[in-house]
Amino acid sequence: MRSSAPLPDGLVAVVKQDCPTCVLVAPVLVDLADRSSMVTITQDDPTFPAAADWVVHDADLSLSWHNDIVTVPTLLRVENGIPVDRTEGWDREAWETFTGAGGLGPGLPDWQPGCGSLSVDPNLTDELAVRFSGSAMTSRRVEIAALEDEWEAMYDRDWSDGLPVVPPTEARVLRMLEGTSRDAGDVVAIAPPDLVECTVEKIAINAVMAGCRPEYLPVVIAAVEAVCSDEFNMHGVLATTMDVGPILIVNGPIRNEIKMNSGGNVLGQGNRANATIGRAVQLVIRNIGGGKPGGVDRSAHGSPHKLGLAFAEDEEGSPWESFAQSRGFSAEQSTVTAWCGGGPTIMVDQLSRTPDSLVRHFAKSLLTSVAPRMALMETVLVIGPEHMSRFRDAGWDRARFVEELETHLVIQTDDIVRGVDGIDEGAAPEMAGNVISKFWPGGIHVVHAGGQTGLFSMAFGGWIPPPKGSVCTTKEITR
Amino acid sequence: MTTVLDPTSESRAEQRELVTRPESLDGLTIGLLDISKPRGDVFLDRIEERLTSMGASVNRYMKPTFAKPAPVDLRHEIATSCDAVIEALAD
Repeated sequence: MRSSAPLPDGLVAVVKQDCPTCVLVAPVLVDLADRSSMVTITQDDPTFPAAADWVVHDADLSLSWHNDIVTVPTLLRVENGIPVDRTEGWDREAWETFTGAGGLGPGLPDWQPGCGSLSVDPNLTDELAVRFSGSAMTSRRVEIAALEDEWEAMYDRDWSDGLPVVPPTEARVLRMLEGTSRDAGDVVAIAPPDLVECTVEKIAINAVMAGCRPEYLPVVIAAVEAVCSDEFNMHGVLATTMDVGPILIVNGPIRNEIKMNSGGNVLGQGNRANATIGRAVQLVIRNIGGGKPGGVDRSAHGSPHKLGLAFAEDEEGSPWESFAQSRGFSAEQSTVTAWCGGGPTIMVDQLSRTPDSLVRHFAKSLLTSVAPRMALMETVLVIGPEHMSRFRDAGWDRARFVEELETHLVIQTDDIVRGVDGIDEGAAPEMAGNVISKFWPGGIHVVHAGGQTGLFSMAFGGWIPPPKGSVCTTKEITR
Repeated sequence: MTTVLDPTSESRAEQRELVTRPESLDGLTIGLLDISKPRGDVFLDRIEERLTSMGASVNRYMKPTFAKPAPVDLRHEIATSCDAVIEALAD
């Protein structure tokens, strides 16, 4: 929404003296002022093209900014204070058609391109954005004194997860907000644990601090929606003494548009989008929701991924429908899935050449997920490309893979009741004599990602399965 | 001087005063809230025995899941029908 003082109705030219084309057409501006009562708005020199009452100085550039002037000269046709038509640069034929005046600029070349408007000068746009759009942001302004180190000031105010955060200046936050079409004041979610309104503006501030680029913001917003949903249960995810945190999996076209990593080192460092999107969500929970370690966050050990973990699926290299498609979304939709889990464990298998051998070996690892005595758990498996080739070659689809894997994930409860093998932990004695699954039905989520070389896959440990714990939650990403 | 935007909710938790500690438990109604962790009932059964022997009457409550805050209705019921509450964490 842009507004400013209305422009005068009729023909209006916007120019600057520091533009050879504007200087070239100065006689035409005088001619049109005379013939068509045209008003000229000058961005720099108030006496250009003439010291006259038909020349208006746009000293603060508000007229140029609010009317989206990109090039000078620009001719506008204004009705009721609003431009309804425009032509840019000098083009005699276009100007004559536009103004209805013949014989313009005798002796001038037929055509000459214009120059950049001062209102889009890269050295000025941040300042202008703050001047004209900053008032739309309602967050408290915090002034950091000249002698204060602004990076240290972020720590001093307890706004950091322990790593440096980018100071969220008005200009940076405005640039971040350009990443979404949503209004700064839109309430995206009620953020746990304090259950406070979480606006697009507050999310953008934390996204700046995390190091996000504006184009990541829609992913962060959708992820915040997911983790703040009642089903995801972020309060419980914080409060638990286990090691869990939100793990974000991104699918669809936006993965490539923002250059997320789904290949080598996919769960590690080195990619800005992967590293900052998950961090932004954690900063939202910390700073807006109020969930901090030692407060509602009671984790005994935490986990490195609680700094934030987001990664993309390698959809192009997968023989299967994408993870998001398996959850009911289309290939054209961009989505983020939030799942609550602990740290990942590697599953090494360098000798299996058949899918059957490989799922049997996966199952041996997975039976120990979280603890060998735990049953009815949940997991996210990140299958590496070299392992995936076994299933591709054999023609196994996603459903077949899960089905075959589950047949090897059956536990005789006699093996896990309390006291067996001299271990006190285990299932209650009355559970003896039964058969139970390691994972609850629907509790195995499978994603394809990782480097091209390495016969490895990864498995994340879960938390309390739904409905009592956390429900894996997917949201569509919209700009 | 740099101006930054406040990344927090800009709100503070409301501070409420604790009710006065009762002089005696005699005749009071004590709520026992089981958060539904394993063996929380073992602990609360014993507390109930002790409380009733001291002249208090006991109401037992249970959260649907330990992983979420107690529902508002449950908290309201405890607040309106008990003089004090003991919440058990167990593992």
